[in-house]
Amino acid sequence: MTTQAMRTTEPPRASDRPQREIALVDLLDRLLGTGVVLAGDITISLAGVDLVLIKLRALIMSVRDEMEEAER
Amino acid sequence: MAEPGRYVYAVCRAGDRAEVTDALTGVRGVADAPVGVLDHATLCAVVSEVDLAEYGEDGLRRNLEDLGWVERVARAHDHVVGAVSTVTTCAPLRLVTICSDDDSVRAKVDAQRDELERTLTLLDGRVEHGVKAYAAEPGATAAAGVADEPTGTAYLMRRRQETATREAADQAAADAADEVHTQLRELAIASRRYPPQDKRLSGRRERMVLNGAYLVDRSATPELEQAVAVLAERHPQLELELTGPWPPYSFAGGEPS
Repeated sequence: MTTQAMRTTEPPRASDRPQREIALVDLLDRLLGTGVVLAGDITISLAGVDLVLIKLRALIMSVRDEMEEAER
Repeated sequence: MAEPGRYVYAVCRAGDRAEVTDALTGVRGVADAPVGVLDHATLCAVVSEVDLAEYGEDGLRRNLEDLGWVERVARAHDHVVGAVSTVTTCAPLRLVTICSDDDSVRAKVDAQRDELERTLTLLDGRVEHGVKAYAAEPGATAAAGVADEPTGTAYLMRRRQETATREAADQAAADAADEVHTQLRELAIASRRYPPQDKRLSGRRERMVLNGAYLVDRSATPELEQAVAVLAERHPQLELELTGPWPPYSFAGGEPS
């Protein structure tokens, strides 16, 4: 089987998962957009969450901009 | 702790309480707190104590703007859900689900019992795999452009040609990504396509054309890996990257397709 086109640096084996660092961006895709929404007492209500996420995205954008500056 | 609250990670079946408690022995959650299991009728919640000064409404609004804080919480959340997932099925909750006390956790679980039961049934014995596809950079056809441009017309024609080539390559990559998704979706119990990650966050120069999540039976993992390998061969213009198995985060809420 040729797996040349796949990344071989991080073989997708179940046993490796606990040892290697998961990319934060993959984790945030999953933890911010999904999961059972149990309406907590601390109401970062659904509207509030959206607001917070927008702020978080704005922050990520600004971090990226800084990274870009640094690359130049 | 001035004002203690409860951080809720996941809900599982009360029948699995003993295994879950074992799996969580020595595991630290957010704020490095020990993690416990809270029984309620047929379900149980995985919780730890947090300080509401940091995790209360005001604290969260402030802290969610701090990417370092979000990363620490996200990794701790994943660590706990991962530990529970090694022994049984759980329904992971969205990041930073906070309740004021144990009674409140029980009341919230009660209020959503049916939904939680349905989620647990869907996720039973299943894991999630992530498959991302990057469009390989179009071949280095730019070498010709180094030569002198005799006329403006020649320059314009070359630019048009380059644009057309790039557009064709982009379209081909998008079509290939759609086909990869369609094929994997057929293997999966459920699937979900996330928006492509930004290059600067993915750390990759190539454009992401697929950011998919696929729910499969745990035993079907080799089958999915095999399918990805076959698709990688069939679509050399794509670079496929497999992540997981993940706890089935992408299928615990929201609207998977």
